[in-house]
Amino acid sequence: MTEKTIMKFRDDPKDDLIPINIGPSHPAVHGTLPIYAKLDGEIIAEADVEIGYLHRGFEKLAEGLTYHQFIPFTDRLNYVSTFINNQGYAEAVEKLLDIKVPERAQYIRVMLSEVSRIMDHITCLGPNMVDTGALTVYWYLFRVREELYKLCEMASGGRMTTSYTRIGGLVRDLPEGFEEAARDILKGLPVAITDTEKLIKKNRIFLDRSVGVGEISADDAIDWGFSGPNLRACGVARDIRKDEPYAVYNDLEFDIPVGNRGDYYDRTFVRIEEMRQSMRIILQILDKLPEGPVNIDDPKIILPPKEEVYDSMEGLIHHFMFFIEGMEEMPEGEIYHAVEGANGELGFYIVSDGDKNPYRLHVRSPCFAYYQAFPSMITGKLLADAVVTLGSLNVVAGELDR
Amino acid sequence: MKYEDILKKLKGKFVKEILGDSQFRGELTIKVDAAAVDEILKFMKDDKNLSFNFLSDVTAVDFVKDRGVFEVVYHLLSMKNNVRVRFKAEVPAENPELPTATSVFKGANWFERETYDMFGIKFTGHPDLRRIMNPDNFPGHPLRKDFDVAPKDDYCPVPVIKPDN
Repeated sequence: MTEKTIMKFRDDPKDDLIPINIGPSHPAVHGTLPIYAKLDGEIIAEADVEIGYLHRGFEKLAEGLTYHQFIPFTDRLNYVSTFINNQGYAEAVEKLLDIKVPERAQYIRVMLSEVSRIMDHITCLGPNMVDTGALTVYWYLFRVREELYKLCEMASGGRMTTSYTRIGGLVRDLPEGFEEAARDILKGLPVAITDTEKLIKKNRIFLDRSVGVGEISADDAIDWGFSGPNLRACGVARDIRKDEPYAVYNDLEFDIPVGNRGDYYDRTFVRIEEMRQSMRIILQILDKLPEGPVNIDDPKIILPPKEEVYDSMEGLIHHFMFFIEGMEEMPEGEIYHAVEGANGELGFYIVSDGDKNPYRLHVRSPCFAYYQAFPSMITGKLLADAVVTLGSLNVVAGELDR
Repeated sequence: MKYEDILKKLKGKFVKEILGDSQFRGELTIKVDAAAVDEILKFMKDDKNLSFNFLSDVTAVDFVKDRGVFEVVYHLLSMKNNVRVRFKAEVPAENPELPTATSVFKGANWFERETYDMFGIKFTGHPDLRRIMNPDNFPGHPLRKDFDVAPKDDYCPVPVIKPDN
């Protein structure tokens, strides 16, 4: 806590308002987020938030790393939906290089990104409903999430830190048996979603805790920079997958669910419906996943396959030099590439001066915009509603603070 | 809406303030005068045809070694026309300062605070311009190219908070 903030809440001894620190150690407050509030009874009269000094200097680190070396760092942004971060970054560099990855790699990227989206939404919904007293939902949803992690592990070898994409393709192709495993695991998802809906949709407690809570109008949400499910909950049908389609989203059928009030209730049900749509996308991809390579055929861009690295001196030297020297021919220029993250618009702004490292790499994280609007969303509202409002915005500290 | 239409409209309104434009990988970048950046953003937002109502991002790039300037970068989106535009404004390295966009977009608030914290660029008229990523007593601005990242003793001392009497 900074000195300035302490003074702010202590400087008027005659003030009747009670200062309270919600977080960073409060179990309902995610990660490292302190919220300083002044209470008038149970109403928050004044609020200020801090980002929590989780700052790890990703953008500074990027300036000293080659483009390939930065891939594992993208996992640590939103650590719940890592594939989407991997894909966003890889596509941004590919846009800079002006290359197109093979179709099979694009389909696999989209499929795993949608798996990530489902996991992210589950991670948002489950604990948030625990905050409102609906513990059963948490168990129902998290059981499926655990199964979905098995898919991540099958594909990438890691559960949370996947680093599955490479610039120009993927680390490797999907393993044998992935399709059957995916179909099998996905059978459990509609059951969990339907059960969740049955548990909460007409539940008096949940309705009282969610309808009209953490409400924000569409105009305000746009002005604050809201995107993704939190903006769609306000009734704005904007989705980068549809409006600025990337990868193979143009070839896939899915709908954009929208709410109308922009409250906790709408944000919940937009996410629930989005999970169904993501599943629809995954099943379509499983049906029509094309055969072919998963990497472009350009040794100046793509890393040599592991078999070559382990079994041949040329492969080993190539791999070594690739990581030491980086890509030889980087074009000069700047690009901004945004993908539809599970939380909203996830953008990568890259400035290249033709060197092996990015001259500047900036991440536009969706959470940043939500959390800055948070004090205005909770001021004048009940203290108990602040907790669920924060959870429903799905603020991920790793992405927020980078 | 085509980029030509945006440029035509913008150049018609701001004759001197638009300093140049370029396209790379299908993205439009417009260089503008730093002193007029808030007016230009306001025009872009309020004009009914342009309707650039969404400020995606504000950040900066350090070009002090090459050109003695920081470039402040704004990414705008028109939801109505589904078009993105990038604005760039140069500010001198000695006294990096330009008007805030918070009067145009509420969302500019933290984006500008982050740019201030990481680059030391001041946004005049900002309602709450203080550090956001780093503690208040953090020395220097980490994303500047000349920032020394070598570890030092007592680099960023933890503030001693004395209890009230």
